[in-house]
Amino acid sequence: MTAQLLTFYLFSGVILISSLMVISTKNPVHSVLFLILSFLNAAGLFVILHAEFLAMILIIVYVGAVAVLFLFVVMMLDFKTSINKDNILQYIPIGILIGVVFITELIIVLINTKFDLSNIQVLPNPLSDFTGKSNTEAIGSVLYTDYILYFQLSGVILLVAMIGSIVLTLREREGVKRQVVSEQLQRQGKIDLVDVKPGKGVDI
Amino acid sequence: MKIINFFKSFLLLDFLKAFYLAQKYFFRKKATINYPFEKGKLSPRFRGEHALRRYPSGEERCIGCKLCEAVCPAQAITIETQPRDDGTRRTLRYDIDMVKCIYCGLCEESCPVDAIVQGPNFEFTTETRKELYYTKEKLLENGDRWETVIAENLEADAKYR
Amino acid sequence: MINLVQTYFIEVMTIILYCLLIFVPLLLGVVMALYADRKIWAAVQKRRGPNVVGPYGLFQVPADGLKFIFKEIILPDGSDKTVFLIAPIITLALSIAAWAVVPVQAGVVLANINVGILYIFAISSLGVYGILMAGWSSNSKYPFFGALRSAAQMVSYEVSIGFVIITVLLCVGSLNLTEIVMAQKTMWFFIPLFPMFIVFFISALAETNRPPFDLPEAESELVAGYQTEYSGMPFVLFMFGEYINILLMCAMTTILFLGGWLPPIDIYPLNAVPGFVWFLLKVTFVFYLFAMVKAFVPRYRYDQLMRLGWKVFLPLSLFAVVATSSILFFFNLAPGM
Repeated sequence: MTAQLLTFYLFSGVILISSLMVISTKNPVHSVLFLILSFLNAAGLFVILHAEFLAMILIIVYVGAVAVLFLFVVMMLDFKTSINKDNILQYIPIGILIGVVFITELIIVLINTKFDLSNIQVLPNPLSDFTGKSNTEAIGSVLYTDYILYFQLSGVILLVAMIGSIVLTLREREGVKRQVVSEQLQRQGKIDLVDVKPGKGVDI
Repeated sequence: MKIINFFKSFLLLDFLKAFYLAQKYFFRKKATINYPFEKGKLSPRFRGEHALRRYPSGEERCIGCKLCEAVCPAQAITIETQPRDDGTRRTLRYDIDMVKCIYCGLCEESCPVDAIVQGPNFEFTTETRKELYYTKEKLLENGDRWETVIAENLEADAKYR
Repeated sequence: MINLVQTYFIEVMTIILYCLLIFVPLLLGVVMALYADRKIWAAVQKRRGPNVVGPYGLFQVPADGLKFIFKEIILPDGSDKTVFLIAPIITLALSIAAWAVVPVQAGVVLANINVGILYIFAISSLGVYGILMAGWSSNSKYPFFGALRSAAQMVSYEVSIGFVIITVLLCVGSLNLTEIVMAQKTMWFFIPLFPMFIVFFISALAETNRPPFDLPEAESELVAGYQTEYSGMPFVLFMFGEYINILLMCAMTTILFLGGWLPPIDIYPLNAVPGFVWFLLKVTFVFYLFAMVKAFVPRYRYDQLMRLGWKVFLPLSLFAVVATSSILFFFNLAPGM
């Protein structure tokens, strides 16, 4: 019973409980908040595995950006009307169907697997060449050499997705008046500063 | 012109100028005073808390003519009069509702004997509303307390009246 | 179990002691920052600022704090009470947590972790949740608008802050904050990376909801933004969290661009001064800039704020990342090459 084990049970316990709460709370905003809690604890598990770079990236990307958008959308919902007990029953058949499929898959997998701890195939450490380096450096040296193609490809896919969503939502309309902020902020050409002598007045 | 403007905003020249200006003002003499410990100068015509004055003999000035009651736009003044034993007319009651008063100074203007005046005191806050219903005793007491200052102020302002 | 206690008791106690060593000076720093903020703002407007409570008004902030502590905590009727009370605690806890990795002198840091800068970035990106939760749970229009504005603003400016940090990291070759400071021994980074220094400074203003980007609390539009329904102790927690965040951003500017605890020139009388004094002086200087900006720049309009973040700072910082990396590459200056 080491401290590491204790923290592992702490983090994984919180993940389990908060994941359960995600699907069981009635308030969608609370679900998102519990989802964030489980993300954070997953990051904690990464830290225990000495994968601190992954942990931080998980927090920055998922919690700092993606979940904020989730929360944004869910907060905008008028969830008082969306919770309707009568409608929940209509999803039961499809829920049962998916559940059955999953359970059969699990059973098939478990039957064909022998849980013999002495026989576990330990994967060769993919980062064995970088034992002395920090894991940021190790990930970098693998990502930008051996896996550069996959890395670039995933980047391109994300770019295409982004451009696609922008193109889909972009509407060009005629006669829309737009603000030119840089012009609005300029004083020249809009305002003249005139030193008015008393009794002289100004020529406009 | 557009290019010049672009560089102007890009180099944050406006902000640098503003920073310089703010820095200049930072070291300027303060415009405010340290109020409860220091006080600004008041004009002799300042219209503050009311007071009823007396003659140097100790006789109260007010003759109960009710001009101030009539002129008061907020109808804050209530006066009741009665002849005194020596035959002169004096006030029985002279109440000012300081909550109603708008400090316009018309009572002071209208008074033929300079009895009701508005003194230089502006710090007469109270904790209850009741304390702001001034009676004749309170007003006379005010007059006794502030007489020197009030007399000076009236004299300083006399030539402009 | 007893064994566990024996093994870890001393360790845990030392960690708690270190936490106090960070927390107490931080609270003191917040008190001084609040005081300095008000004094500087007053001085620019030719006012005196707080000057009654204590010598030169130094005890004004503790007095205000005491006042808030004794005030009633009002829970709005329609609010989500748990979230409502958790939100300020999250804000304060996160802002303090980020200080764990900030080095104030060579070796003087609670947790000298490999990914220090990422940790700070992650923690400050979590700060949005305190505000969002506060705004939503208040069950009121103005706090909600304030929270939405604030979240959008913080998320947008985090992007440019991230790119600015990357340009610095390109010059350092490490994510460790101590190493970032040590890499500036020959030259502080604000000289070669001056445009990025400005971008970082302005983004830091937006990230901490300071004027001129204090739209979430724009009192002329939103009463007090997400803090509208808060009173008493929760409000104090928000206030402290906000100011600790501001100090954190000042410390980050110092570490990334102004050479942390390094003296300006490495000659005798200057390098004899202990490092944390230099660090404090630099943080104070950056905070002075923060306070001055508050005094002389009017508040931005919301669309101008978003335009600045996405259309000016994002392309600029992206370009800077590309430019810095290509310069480092072609002149063979990149660390670790």
